[in-house]
Formats: sequence, structure tokens, C-alpha cells
Amino acid sequence: MATEDNTQRLVDALVAGRDEFTAQWNRTVSGNLQGRLSTAELGRELGELYEAIVQALTAGGLSGRGEEFAEVRSLLIELSRNRARQGFTPSETARSVLALKDVLEPALTTDGHGAEIYLQFARLLDDLGLLTTEAYVRTREEIISAQAEQLLELSTPVVKLWDGVVGVPLVGTLDSARTQVVMEKLLQTLVDTNSTHAIIDITGVPTVDTQVAQHLLKTVVAARMMGAQCTISGIRPQIAQTIVALGIEFGDIPTNATLAEALRQALKEIAQDAEDDARGLL
Amino acid sequence: MKQYATGAPAETVAVTSSSDVVTARQMVRTLAQRSGLSLVHQTKLVTAASELGRNMLVYGGGGVVRAAPVSDEGRRGIFVEFTDEGPGIPDVELALTDGWTSGNGMGLGLSGAKRLVDEFEIESGPGGTTVRIVKWGR
Ligand SMILES: Nc1ncnc2c1ncn2[C@@H]1O[C@H](COP(=O)(O)OP(=O)(O)OP(=O)(O)O)[C@@H](O)[C@H]1O
Ligand SMILES: [Mg+2]
Repeated sequence: MATEDNTQRLVDALVAGRDEFTAQWNRTVSGNLQGRLSTAELGRELGELYEAIVQALTAGGLSGRGEEFAEVRSLLIELSRNRARQGFTPSETARSVLALKDVLEPALTTDGHGAEIYLQFARLLDDLGLLTTEAYVRTREEIISAQAEQLLELSTPVVKLWDGVVGVPLVGTLDSARTQVVMEKLLQTLVDTNSTHAIIDITGVPTVDTQVAQHLLKTVVAARMMGAQCTISGIRPQIAQTIVALGIEFGDIPTNATLAEALRQALKEIAQDAEDDARGLL
Repeated sequence: MKQYATGAPAETVAVTSSSDVVTARQMVRTLAQRSGLSLVHQTKLVTAASELGRNMLVYGGGGVVRAAPVSDEGRRGIFVEFTDEGPGIPDVELALTDGWTSGNGMGLGLSGAKRLVDEFEIESGPGGTTVRIVKWGR
């Protein structure tokens, strides 16, 4: 039996039963989603999808990855992205497509030939179901990496501690991406607040290895190039011992055990500068 | 390096990205805490693991970190092994020199890690590199 004939019979059946099938498909899926999606929206989504499938089949396609199904695929990707954002599970999303199988099975499998057609169509729907899962996962990954970026922003606050003093309380690990964000924020805040002193506090950094040290040094150099004095504070005893054993040298960068001490030091320097200024020494 | 009696089955972390290095570090820290290592010893061991894990990722194209609690003559410690199937280190002695780097690091990772632990062993050839370390609690 020619596949073309099968496809034609399938199209005929889908066109003839359009209203009945889409209504039943809608009911199955909305029962599945338990009212978490408006009936109108679901009806529109599935209606569009149904039409697109009929058109793709009419154009002679039976492979979900074929050219004829481009429109169907883009609708499915759209649907999956929405479901992922609305918090539906991947199974619920795939079932939106697979439910069409249950709807069509009794209508198509009335004879042996029909059963064969149904099987072909079921395979196609399985493939389309998988496609929704792929699109769903991709969307979730995008959401996660966007959140990671937001977290990066949140976890690198740069604050004005006092007139002329900016503080950077670092928490967590300091990789290249984070260093970049910290550095940019620090330099901008130095300018915005017209500050001359920066204190980078590493109390919340659990591990200071050569990579973290290198990034800290880079940040200090950048701040110095803006004419700011830079101090590293919050070096806990166990970190100090580890840094020494590793062989890292902070050179002429002042360090302090606590942020409070670093702030006191910075304020003293600022007062000294002001005094010198008043005496006309500078 | 002597074959020490292990107190529990080894735990492993496959390292193929920098976030895996963080995971490996956390695994080592948890084991060190469980074995009662002091905070200073924990920090030194975790930092060494961070260096060796990252070397494995950067120069060895990724690999596996295996860690287990060990004991010997009543003392308890942590054993960690880093294995990659990268190009190997052509001159191990040179690589262990403070400040020597083939890239743009500080060249302190390998030599520093050696100073941070009690036992350090390195095997390297064209088929890859394996580094084994032990840190004892006092
Ligand atoms: N697993 C490895 N496979 C291949 N080469 C390695 C490996 N580990 C280290 N090396 C080589 O040894 C050199 C020294 O390593 P080391 O960790 O001391 O310094 P680094 O990684 O270059 O800088 P950093 O101070 O940031 O760690 C490296 O530059 C690299 O050429
Ligand atoms: Mg290194």
C-alpha cells in the first residue's frame, strides 16, 4: 500500500472530524493540566497546531523533522517555552501533543488499513512529543543561566561605607566572570561616589587559591589605576596560613584582619590627607 | 606513596567544567570535616584540591577526582587522587618550580599544593597525569 494513499486517508479523516477531534483533544489536555491554563488559550494553541499538522500532512510530510513540519515545529517550540515558563512539567508538556493519539485511535482503527495509518501517525506524534521535551529543556536551561547571571549581580554588591570609602564584601567563589562584574562595579562606584579608598572584604570567600588571588590582584590594580587606595580585609587565620604556604604574595597591598580595622585605617588616611590639604602641603 | 587503609568507599566527582571544581572542593571539605581535621588543615587540603582540580581541567582537559578517608597508626586523614588523560607534564620538576607556568597563571598551583599537604605524588606521561595527595589530621 502506498504511503501517499495512507497520508491522504489520514488527511481526509482529520479534516472530516476536525471539530469533534479538536474538542476532544482540548478536553483531554485541559483535564490533564487541571485548569492551570485558560480554556481559551489552550483552545487557540491546539487549534493552530491541528491546522498546521493537517497542512504538513497535505504537503506530503510524514516525518516530524521534515521540511513540511517547520510550522508545526515552531508552534510546538512556542508551546513548550510557554509551558516551561508557566511551571508545567516536561511530561505534562509532551502529553499535550501525545493526547491526540488517544483521540484518534478509536476513530482510525476501525479496520486493518486504518490501524496501519494510525501507527504511522502515532510515530509522528511521538517524535513531535520528544521535540517538545527538547524545547522545554532548552528553555529551562535559558532560565537557569539567566538566574545565575542575576545572582552574580546580586552577590557582588559594592557599597559606600563612608564618605570617600567604598566596600566590596565578596561572598562565594571569585571566577573570571565574577571578577569582571566586581571590577566594573567597583570602578563605577568609585567614580559615582567620588571615593579615594576601596576595601575588598573576603570574609565570605571560603577558598583563596591562586586563581582567586590573581583575580583579587587584578581588581586592586584596576582600582589603583583610578587613583584609589585599595585594601584587602577579612583574611581569616586559616586563609592567611594557606596563602603563605601556597607562596602567594600580596606585595605592597595593605591587608587587614577585619573590615572594621580596614575602615578605621582608611578614615585615618582620609583625615590625614585633609589636614595636609588644609596646611597647603598637597 | 603507601597504600593506606580506607575508612569508607571513595567518593568521586567528574570534572569537566569550573563548577565541577567547586563540587570536588565541597566533597573534599565534607570528608575532611567528617574526619575531624582542624580548620587550618581542612582549608589547606581544600585549597590544594582546588589547585590540582583546576590544573586537571585546564591542562588535562578534565578528569576525575577521587577522595576517601584513610587511617594509619591511629591517625586519620584524607586521600585525594586527580586523574586526567591529557597530554601529561613534559618536565615535572620544572612544573613544580615556584612561578613556572606554561600559561598565564601564577605558576604556584602545583608547588603550592605540594607544600599544603603531607604527602604528594605525581605520575605523568603522554597518556595523562595522576596526582595523589594525603593530608593528615593532628
Ligand atoms: N594535569 C596537568 N596536565 C598537564 N600539564 C599540567 C598539569 N598540571 C600542571 N601542568 C603544567 O604545569 C604547569 C605548572 O602548574 P601550576 O599549577 O603550578 O601553575 P599554573 O596552573 O600555570 O598557574 P596557577 O598558579 O594559577 O596554578 C602548568 O602551567 C602546566 O603547564
Ligand atoms: Mg595551576
